[in-house]
Amino acid sequence: MLAELLQYLLSGLTIGAIYALAGLGFSIIYNASHVINFAQGEFIMIGGMASATLTASGVPLPLAILIGCGGAMLVGVAVAKFAVERARKASTVTLIIITIGASIFLRGVAELVWGKDFKRLDAFSGETPIQLFGASLQPQSLWVMGCAGVLIVAIGLFFNKTLTGKAMLATSHNRLAAQLVGIDVKRVVLASFALSAALGAVGGAVVAPITFSYTEMGIMLGLKGFTAAVLGGLGHGPGAVAGGLIVGVAEALGAGYLSSAYKDAVAFVIILAVLLFMPNGLFGKRGTERV
Amino acid sequence: MRIRLLSTMAAVVGLTLGAVAGSATAADPIKVGAIVSATGPASFLGDPEKKVLELYADRINQAGGVAGRPVQLTVYDDGGAADKAASFTKRLIESDKVDVIVGGTTTATTMAAAPLVERGEVPFISLAGAVVIVEPVKKWVFKTPHTDRMAAEKVMDDLKKRGLTKLALVSEDSGFGKSGREQTLAVAKERGIELVADETYGAKDTDVTAQLTKIRNNPAAQAVLVFGLGQGPAVVTKNYRQLVINLPLYQSHGVASKEYIRLAGGAAEGVRLPAAGLVVASQLPDSDPQKKVVVEFTKVYEEAFSVEVSTFAGHAYDGLMIALDAVKRAGGTDKAKLRDAIEQTKGYVGTGGTVTMSAKDHMGLTLDAFHMVEVKQGDWTLAK
Repeated sequence: MLAELLQYLLSGLTIGAIYALAGLGFSIIYNASHVINFAQGEFIMIGGMASATLTASGVPLPLAILIGCGGAMLVGVAVAKFAVERARKASTVTLIIITIGASIFLRGVAELVWGKDFKRLDAFSGETPIQLFGASLQPQSLWVMGCAGVLIVAIGLFFNKTLTGKAMLATSHNRLAAQLVGIDVKRVVLASFALSAALGAVGGAVVAPITFSYTEMGIMLGLKGFTAAVLGGLGHGPGAVAGGLIVGVAEALGAGYLSSAYKDAVAFVIILAVLLFMPNGLFGKRGTERV
Repeated sequence: MRIRLLSTMAAVVGLTLGAVAGSATAADPIKVGAIVSATGPASFLGDPEKKVLELYADRINQAGGVAGRPVQLTVYDDGGAADKAASFTKRLIESDKVDVIVGGTTTATTMAAAPLVERGEVPFISLAGAVVIVEPVKKWVFKTPHTDRMAAEKVMDDLKKRGLTKLALVSEDSGFGKSGREQTLAVAKERGIELVADETYGAKDTDVTAQLTKIRNNPAAQAVLVFGLGQGPAVVTKNYRQLVINLPLYQSHGVASKEYIRLAGGAAEGVRLPAAGLVVASQLPDSDPQKKVVVEFTKVYEEAFSVEVSTFAGHAYDGLMIALDAVKRAGGTDKAKLRDAIEQTKGYVGTGGTVTMSAKDHMGLTLDAFHMVEVKQGDWTLAK
């Protein structure tokens, strides 16, 4: 009984960690530009596909992840520069639609570059399951949770301890004031896209051995990440992380105790409930000031 | 009124012309139409099918065609969408005026095309799996692949041989998986196998551990059968090993391509599934009538495309060959005669098995056409 629950929790936390990274990506971009970037899932896909295909052609894994990360950052900056920035004066809805368009475009390009089939990436440290109080855990799950944890802490430090990070925070609080004190707001937006892309790409690379990578892997992961971000309160970093873990665990418990047919529905029921009953999410209070 | 009259007249003229053209000269091409899902979610099935049709149409034409007539192939890609399959079928019948249609990669696209070919009275050989395509028998509809019912039967027979009677089922939430689930439930009842678990997963799920944990904690389960296509079964296989479930694991014929072993990696070791002779071509005993055909087909396919042959490619080959064989026997491309000739196909040895059709059986394969194979050291081997 307990072992069963533990098994569900472990599955939920593993996938939840990826949702958390995606959710964090949504929040960072939202803070810097008020854009909800629906191409976030595609950054995950780029990371997963690049690391899987590069390692298959003999590139060492860490280098492959770095290249994937760099590639995703370039793509992120390009999306910001050529799609979002050009429509700076458009309404939020238009901007969101632009990012959806960008995500479809990226998927199409990825299909041309990498093909339609599924790519396999070997687990980083073997596939011998670890037994834990009757539940079993893939070593790769530890990698996923560990990487997500390190990245989340690093992002926290970046925002609170470095000047660039503080500049980005300042922009999110008041764009005009930030501009007046000499912060290059345009560069902040670019940086936020690059940062979110990097987060997504690393997430994609560490999760690829579990999920396989393919050009459409980002769609669902992106939507779940969005759910995580909304649940935590859009723009609230720690909230997005908590949201991701909650969505992941709720899904696993739903599949385990209710029916596996409703697994994806769980996340979307959560998002509907949040939007209806607490539009600011679990932690977000600032949202009201912004309107 | 006037317009209707005109179009009726046009149709009559067209028909007459068609009939005249049909019997005119021997060098008239045999028009073979095809609808396949070369792109979209079923592309891993449809893409090899399209390649095979084009490759063999070319090869046959270079060898002088069929009864001195070249084969003219028209292929449309429906992208896996049933509505597109229907409109392409209409186009094949009405504007391309084909003699026979091969295709319908998936059960959904096939079922969309079926009423149109019935109305248009054009012989149609489907490449999709589900048993509903040929049961009940439709006059103009045939199919080449084994059915999901046969797969379920083969698995249950193997269970019985091993003395196992309690099966846990994990099926995919897709057309193939759902139909497979229904057939498994029906066959289990017939053969006295008790289903102790009935779980499902989404076609794009990346984690099935929750469902498998339930099965692991079910003391009654003696074996597990997975019914799915594409990457889902590979995810299930990996999760299965991750949870250290030690029951025998069965998959359906839906994963009978090397892609599955590649994706699942070491986790696929020991998995059993029913598959056509094609995947174990070189291991078949020389006495097997299929051996020559499948070895030859494998050689031609792999030389032409430098990728490993898949059973789906074989289905398309069988479809085309059965159609052209029937053209020979019918002495032309008169559609009614051609249909009768397809129905009278007898002892055709193809990649899927030996095909003997009848008025009641528009697929013509028996359970012997399936071999129980087991994954050993990253390759298929004939299970004992």
